[in-house]
Amino acid sequence: MAGPTDLQSDIILKAADFTREQELAAYRDMLLIRRFEEKAGQMYGMGLIGGFCHLYIGQEAVVVGVRMAARPTDQFVTSYRDHGHMLACGMEPKGVMAELCGRRSGYSKGKGGSMHMFSREKNFFGGHGIVGAPAPIGAGIAFANCYRENDSVSLTFFGDGAANQGQVYETFNMAELWRLPVVFIVENNRYAMGTSVTRSSAQVDFSKRGVAFNIPGLQVDGMDVRAVKAAADIAIDWCRKGNGPYLLEMQTYRYRGHSMSDPAKYRSKEEVQRMREEHDPIEQVRVRLLADGKTSEQELKSIDAEVRKMIAEAADYATNDREPEPSELWTDVLA
Amino acid sequence: MTVNVLMPALSPTMEQGKLAKWLKAEGDHIKAGDVLAEIETDKATMEVEAVDEGVLARILVPGGAENVAVNTPIAVIADEGEEVPAAPPSGERPPPAAPTQEPLGEEGKAQRQADVAAATPQPKETSIAPPPQVSAEPEVPAGTLMISMTMREALRDAMAEEMRRNPNVFILGEEVAEYQGAYKVTQGLLQEFGERRVVDAPITEYGFAGLGVGAAFAGLRPIVEFMTFNFAMQAIDHIVNSAAKTLYMSGGQINCPIVFRGPNGAASRVAAQHSQDYAAWYSQIPGLKVIAPSNASDAKGLLKAAIRDNNPVIFLENEILYGKSYEVPSLENFVIPIGKARIAREGDDVTLVSFSIGVDHALAAAEVLAKESIEAEVIDLRTLRPMDVPAIIASVKKTGRCVSIEEGWPQSGVGSEIAAKVQEEAFDYLDAPVLRVTGKDVPMPYAANLEKLALPSVDEIVAAAKAVLYR
Repeated sequence: MAGPTDLQSDIILKAADFTREQELAAYRDMLLIRRFEEKAGQMYGMGLIGGFCHLYIGQEAVVVGVRMAARPTDQFVTSYRDHGHMLACGMEPKGVMAELCGRRSGYSKGKGGSMHMFSREKNFFGGHGIVGAPAPIGAGIAFANCYRENDSVSLTFFGDGAANQGQVYETFNMAELWRLPVVFIVENNRYAMGTSVTRSSAQVDFSKRGVAFNIPGLQVDGMDVRAVKAAADIAIDWCRKGNGPYLLEMQTYRYRGHSMSDPAKYRSKEEVQRMREEHDPIEQVRVRLLADGKTSEQELKSIDAEVRKMIAEAADYATNDREPEPSELWTDVLA
Repeated sequence: MTVNVLMPALSPTMEQGKLAKWLKAEGDHIKAGDVLAEIETDKATMEVEAVDEGVLARILVPGGAENVAVNTPIAVIADEGEEVPAAPPSGERPPPAAPTQEPLGEEGKAQRQADVAAATPQPKETSIAPPPQVSAEPEVPAGTLMISMTMREALRDAMAEEMRRNPNVFILGEEVAEYQGAYKVTQGLLQEFGERRVVDAPITEYGFAGLGVGAAFAGLRPIVEFMTFNFAMQAIDHIVNSAAKTLYMSGGQINCPIVFRGPNGAASRVAAQHSQDYAAWYSQIPGLKVIAPSNASDAKGLLKAAIRDNNPVIFLENEILYGKSYEVPSLENFVIPIGKARIAREGDDVTLVSFSIGVDHALAAAEVLAKESIEAEVIDLRTLRPMDVPAIIASVKKTGRCVSIEEGWPQSGVGSEIAAKVQEEAFDYLDAPVLRVTGKDVPMPYAANLEKLALPSVDEIVAAAKAVLYR
């Protein structure tokens, strides 16, 4: 098998030095997600967002790095921790926040909520609430790419918890059998809700979960956006050349609970604090940018201010938007 | 500028909680993400994180305070060096209330709920969307050449014609290609369309159903064959959660033009796990269309309609009918509208409503009844969702009596729905209670005599018809 499974992480990192523009873009995109999620958490606390709300804080480098490696024509699909993916795909913070608030201008007219949002225009195919469901759906999108011979790649995300669902392996089998252009991205944030990976998984190296199907895999430092981008470059290139699927395990971490109502008693405060202080994906970029003299505090502050302004506008827009018309109850059931 | 930190809600149901302790003191510098305080509810202890940067200027609610209402200002964060008055700044905008723009008292809330209830549009008469309007033109023009073919051939021709018509249509399922179909329904399709469009799937129903849904989201038009619908139970999550609900959940953006088809219900002597009728299950789901044809002509016209439809369609076939021959119109473009029932036999005395193989039983019962001068009208529903309720009601208004026939179980069955509709919409016309003839309320037995007892019989239909006629 010709898969580059033996690549060492330092080789990837060497290939992944970012230009000033890339660093700044990554910084801004990750910060946008961070600030959006903090605001969403705050608005949930105020009762403006209901139901389940799963925040992406801590995991920002994963989707931002993958997005940097992908083309606009490549499709993204993920499960319910999806706000970051939507923002990375270029969906409007206003529309996402309005949807979180159940308002009429939300991406799903207020009928989908946090876990169910889509944008055909931005090639974002959800937003799925069932753990594991994105795997075959993403492979199906890749099947359509193959069928049409359009050389797009399906970027299919799910968590370490979903990686234990049977449908994921049914999908691995078909994806390799039919050489589908799909990158499976396991966002291993170490906890499936409250159950740690070591308590739930016989094989904790998720990059090896495709071995039985001959799917090459890489374990990646998902807190380093450069490593994520470099790994995604390799995987996407592999798919685009018609070699079939690729599996990436992104080792990442969520700072918040599984959902808003999770007190996260299954892990120590020290563990969370250590990840935030030593591995924060945004702080890493910030430190590099300043250390290399690629930017000034002033420039970063102006990015911070721009992002804060966008988020404040999104929150204002969402809170002032109206609820859907009652007649919307009956629309969109059938096409 | 100062910002009020509000007492957060930590679950959709939380209204108040205890502010257990402050982890920051007045005057402390705050970064976004810093933990400010701990909140206790009856369920859990949670942390309050700062969203904004600045200085913790004032603590408004001390640590240890009980029963702090959600959205109460608990602290003030100010910019560096900013003066903060002792009381919360009066110019601060009050927190926006969830759905409305102004706070409402209890009375106002009740009024608002009443307003919303009054404003909620109700489809005429019931909570179920009405069936689509369909044209009254005959489906088969007079003088059309009819040719004899089996149900199996009609289904194959429907797929082949639609595949020739639309290059986005493809077939995915177990044994559909090389083997030519487990029940030979896809015979010859691999030879005509090749392996790109006739795809043998591994035995992996959940996986290939989900894969088909993804391909449909991306704009292809998959026909997913289940070797039988008994095996689709493994895939029902994707049928219901992914295929049926996504159009609604996406606010109308992502439709799912897919057909799930295969034999449904009892075959012969294959026992409990291979003999279930799923008609009632799927017909309950908004976002799906459900079809169950009783003959080759309907099967062809309806399968073509299903493939052209922009929604997920469940197409329930019957193994026993596959080999039976019927007259099928020889027409270029023979498409039967979804949602339109057919009067299989006219009569004035009693209405028998069924679908799929149940129509055969109903017609046989009608023959027996005719010998006793009872003229039964047999309605073949053809589509179970949307159900052609007006056709049933029109017949019941004529006959005053109704019997439903299905192979599925009685509780919450298709017959239950028919009975409910008839009493809602034709109560004054009924001369007797609606009776249901169904499969017996047991798993399907293997022994030949027991299986026969478990399924609805012509004798039972005759008895039910006589019962509603008090004869």
